[in-house]
Amino acid sequence: MIGDLIFVGLALLTVVPAVWVAFSPNIVHAGFSLLFTLLGAAGLYAYLGADFIAVTQVMVYVGGVLVLVLFTVMMTRVPRTGRRRHGLDHYVPAAIFAIAVFGLLYKAVTSVQWPARDFTPQPTTAEIGTNFMTNYIFPFEYVSLVLLAAMIGAAILIREHRGNGEKGAAEGVAAGDVTQEAEDATATPTPDEEVA
Amino acid sequence: MNIGLPHFLTVSAALFALGLFAVMSRRNAVGILMGVELMLNASNINFVAFSRYVEHGIDGQIMSAFVIVLAAAEAAVALAIVLAMYRNFGTVHADTVQSLKQ
Repeated sequence: MIGDLIFVGLALLTVVPAVWVAFSPNIVHAGFSLLFTLLGAAGLYAYLGADFIAVTQVMVYVGGVLVLVLFTVMMTRVPRTGRRRHGLDHYVPAAIFAIAVFGLLYKAVTSVQWPARDFTPQPTTAEIGTNFMTNYIFPFEYVSLVLLAAMIGAAILIREHRGNGEKGAAEGVAAGDVTQEAEDATATPTPDEEVA
Repeated sequence: MNIGLPHFLTVSAALFALGLFAVMSRRNAVGILMGVELMLNASNINFVAFSRYVEHGIDGQIMSAFVIVLAAAEAAVALAIVLAMYRNFGTVHADTVQSLKQ
């Protein structure tokens, strides 16, 4: 009984802020709601007896990805005026498609007799570590290579082009759509313009 | 009520649908990334739930660890792209940027 209540609490902690992530007009609020969703998912992993995954979720997602997302949100503030979203032409198909996908998944979930095995939770860290070093040695090394490549790629993407900074920044603003975002870009000097 | 696999699958289906809606309806590129994170978490919950309720060892948890690592790499590259986009075009709205380079 207590276990059921804990599951319901964790499920609500996961899904309710996710609604806010999808619908909030303020991107900062959406980012902070994502924090609760990720913590709720970590709680669900712990409820399922996956202690290592739960701790990894908290460390990588909450400690790493979410901080990165919030930094990016705060470094790229767009003015609050103007359209926040697509118009109805994007909103309605998105809602229809999402509801259809949820309906399909729910139909699939409820129409199958799922197995339910008895289970006593055990520490999984040692077993996962052994598997990483034996059965999954190639994916493990490969994923570390992917991580290294992503890190180098991010560093190259974010690098400043000092050679043609002035020309690029001016053209970028001129070529952009005539919106308030473009005006805002000219009002706040970007690093490229400061170099120029 | 006895908590079983269908409950977890329903939670993850709801999370996936919300992430899909965020990806399709948000203009802010960071908001789109948040939707992607929601969908990845939904798949992770499925992996761990199947590894708990269907007897096949611990492979599901290992797969979800790989998903977490790839999500971190994806977030790093995507946010670098968003910052480069903001510097070059002055906007983070995905529908106003229409060229790969200026």
